[in-house]
Amino acid sequence: MSEKIKQYKDVSDVVISTRIRFARNLRDYPFPCRMNIEQKCRVATIVKEAALGGHSSISDRFRYIQMSELTQEEAVSLVERHLVSPEFISDREGRGLLLLDDESVSIMINEEDHIRIQVIRPTMDLDGAYDLADKIDTLFDEQLNFAFNDKLGYLTQCPTNIGTGMRASLMLHLPALRESGAMGKISSSLAKLGLVIRGMYGEGSDPKGSVYQLSNQVTLGISEKEAINNLRDIAIQLIAQERAAREAMSTDEEVLDNIYRSFGILQYAKLLSNDECMKLLSYLRFGIEIGIFDNIDFDTVNNLMIEVQPATLMKNIGKKLTPRERDRIRAEVVRTALMRKKVPASRRLEN
Amino acid sequence: MLCQSCEKRQATTHIKTILNGELKEFSLCPECAAKLGYGSFFGNFGFDLDKIFGSFMESFGPTKTSKRCKFCGSSFEDIAKSGKVGCAQCYDEFYEELLPSIQRIHGRTSHAGKLARSAGAEVKIKNEMAQCRYELEQAIKAQEFERAAELRDRIRDLEKGLNETKDSNQRKEG
Repeated sequence: MSEKIKQYKDVSDVVISTRIRFARNLRDYPFPCRMNIEQKCRVATIVKEAALGGHSSISDRFRYIQMSELTQEEAVSLVERHLVSPEFISDREGRGLLLLDDESVSIMINEEDHIRIQVIRPTMDLDGAYDLADKIDTLFDEQLNFAFNDKLGYLTQCPTNIGTGMRASLMLHLPALRESGAMGKISSSLAKLGLVIRGMYGEGSDPKGSVYQLSNQVTLGISEKEAINNLRDIAIQLIAQERAAREAMSTDEEVLDNIYRSFGILQYAKLLSNDECMKLLSYLRFGIEIGIFDNIDFDTVNNLMIEVQPATLMKNIGKKLTPRERDRIRAEVVRTALMRKKVPASRRLEN
Repeated sequence: MLCQSCEKRQATTHIKTILNGELKEFSLCPECAAKLGYGSFFGNFGFDLDKIFGSFMESFGPTKTSKRCKFCGSSFEDIAKSGKVGCAQCYDEFYEELLPSIQRIHGRTSHAGKLARSAGAEVKIKNEMAQCRYELEQAIKAQEFERAAELRDRIRDLEKGLNETKDSNQRKEG
């Protein structure tokens, strides 16, 4: 298997990021659905102290955020940056967040479970993300009494998470597979393998930006390592399929037109709605992926996809904006990031 | 409430998501939820209420249905309706009732993988053995024979340890 991984070492053309999430609960408190505010606050304090009071080098790097103290924009922006779930900000009372200084680790307190440890890494790094999540989990385990059962493993509020309590996911950009209409079939065959794939932005079967999340579904009776290896094996196949579909599409006149047209609009537009912007950025990334824009890197596009989200725009500007103002500033942010990027000369002659 | 995607079937899955900077809730029918990848992820996790609760009532008689968890006060009906288990003890209290659903969701009913500090000694050894066996398989596939030999020795040591733990447990019981 190590051979296979080496061969696919650079997968940043398809894999945007890796996420590992552990669900944990305290044995001596009811799960969050059965807790009152007082109990929630007590659990938040216990977990916060276990994290910040620990004698590990990582403890000093965490910051505690009481969710009820955030503005609506700040809270929504946390979701847009994939640091917390939408569920977590729907009712913020009694909920807390521990955030690592570089935002690669977020620990939600009193979401669906008492503790949700989440580690995010750029591109594909399942082992790296798992190792860090595992370390943080062990630090908590030394200080807290986790709800654990020899037969059922870690106990969680929703039985879909019992066992390892681990959800491993990869965020994938699959514009060619989506364009070819293959996603429906892929999604149903993945379900049979105990994996799930779904669109990341917006609702519907036609996700904006062609960004998908692939994750494991089964958490009981399969070890963390096995689940991660399964996910990686399937991801490698999906990556190969996506690359083949891109290859086939790279000469398609309509696809190329969409890519160049998107680049033009992104560089010159004065107003960009969120939907339109995501669609155009996806085409821009597609263009980089098939080698048209070799002077723009994936990070630029990945960051833009988050920065243009409405609440994150407002958080970065520091004030509330009307939808029209947002569209104007969004266009400005994109223009600035893509300033002086040209279609490479060789490509101009070719086309 | 009708599914907001197909507008035909009854919605059973409720999803919270962020759309254009605002928190939105959607209600989907099981078919659309599965199509959009929300399958058994949220809330409704495949309890066939009538069937499970029905057979549960039959086998235990109506008086037992009022059984409540001593720690959090949940009844099995509370759990089945919300798809949420009340506390860690509920898993002991309602183990028999929950098992069919657990089997349906995961296809398996016993844990493999990391153990909490509080896990029993025997489980800890068995778990490491399972992990070593899995790694052994992988090492053989990758033709890493030195690693495979190390793992085989480790498994032997663990087997010895397991027998000793069992013996001492029996002595304690006896």
